[in-house]
Amino acid sequence: MLPVLLALTLIELFSGLVLGGFEEDLLRSPSLLVLVPVTIGTAGNLGSILAARLSTSFHLGTLSFAPDDDELVGNAVATVALALTVFPVIGAGAWLLTALVGSTRLPVTTVIAVAVAAGAALAVLAVVVTLVTTFVAYRFGLDPDDVVIPVVTNVCDVLGVLVLFGAIRLFVG
Amino acid sequence: MTVREVAVRAYREALPALGASLVGGLIAGVVLGGMRAELRAVPGLLVLVPALLATRGNVYGSFGARLATALHQGLIEPRISEADRRFAAAATAALANGILTSLFAAVAVFVILTTLGERVAPLPTLVGVALVAGILSGVALTAVVVSVVFAGYRKGHNPDTLVGPVVTTTGDVFGMLFLLTAVRVVFALGGGG
Repeated sequence: MLPVLLALTLIELFSGLVLGGFEEDLLRSPSLLVLVPVTIGTAGNLGSILAARLSTSFHLGTLSFAPDDDELVGNAVATVALALTVFPVIGAGAWLLTALVGSTRLPVTTVIAVAVAAGAALAVLAVVVTLVTTFVAYRFGLDPDDVVIPVVTNVCDVLGVLVLFGAIRLFVG
Repeated sequence: MTVREVAVRAYREALPALGASLVGGLIAGVVLGGMRAELRAVPGLLVLVPALLATRGNVYGSFGARLATALHQGLIEPRISEADRRFAAAATAALANGILTSLFAAVAVFVILTTLGERVAPLPTLVGVALVAGILSGVALTAVVVSVVFAGYRKGHNPDTLVGPVVTTTGDVFGMLFLLTAVRVVFALGGGG
C-alpha cells in the first residue's frame, strides 16, 4: 500500500503548490480559506460516489459505455444535481461560520458565487474524470473498484483546488 | 430504469453522505481559517495541507474497509476486548503508513519549495509538525473508525456504507485540529526556527 500512498501524495502536493500560489488571497479573506477543505472534500466525494456506483453497475453488467446509456446519463445528471444542491449551502455556511468566529471581508453573495461556480465546474469535471478512468480500467482488464476510486478521489482533490483558484480569480480578482 | 429514475435514486442515496461530510469539511475549514497566524509562521504548511488530509482519507478509508471485510468474513468479532492480533496488525500498519506518508510529504514540500526558490520553514519544523500531526490524528482516527464500525455492525448496519462518510468527515476535522495542535507543540518545543 505504501508505494500507492506515496504516489498519491505527490499528486496532492501539486494541489498544495497551487494553494501556496494564492496563499496571500486566502489569508486576506478567511471565508475563502474556509472553503478550501470542504470544496476539495466534496469534489472527491462526488467523484468517488459516482465511481462506486458505476463500478457496481459495471460488475452487475448493467453498464455500457454508450452516450445514451440510462445508468451512465442518470448518474451523471445526479452528480451535477448534487453539486448544485450542496455548493450553495457550502458557500453560505463558509461565510456564516467565518462571520461567527471572526470577521468577513467579502459579501456573502461573492462567497456563494465562488462556491457555486466551483461546484458546477467540479461536478462536470468529476463526471469526465470518473468516466475516463472507469473506461480505461475496463479496457485494461482492471477491477474498477481497486483502481478508480483512489485515482478519482485524488485527481478530484487537485481539480478542486485548481477550480477554486479559477472561481476566486473570476469573482474576487 | 429510465434516466430520470436512475438520477433520482442516485441523488437520494448520495445526499445524506455528502451532507455529513459537508459539515465535517466546513468545521475543518473553520479550523484552517483560524490558523492563519500558524500558516504565516510556517511557510510551506498550506502546501502540505491537501496531502495530509488526503493521506488520512486514503489510509483510514482503506483500514475501515479492511475492518468491514474482516467482520463480514467472521475473521474478527465486533468487540474491542476481543480484538485479536490480526486486528492489531492492521491498526499498526495503518498508523505506520499514515506517519511515513506524512513524513514523506513534509520532506517533499521542503525539497520542492527550496528548489523553486520559495520561502519555506526549516526542514525539522515541517517534519516535526507532520510527525506529531500524523501520530495524533492516526490514534484518534483508529479509535473513531473502530468504534463506529463495531457499534454500527452490532446494531445491524452494513459497515461498508459507514466507513466512507465517517472517514471523510472525521478525517478532515481531526486532520486539521491535530495539524494546528502539532504546530503549537513543535513551536513550544522550540522547533519554530
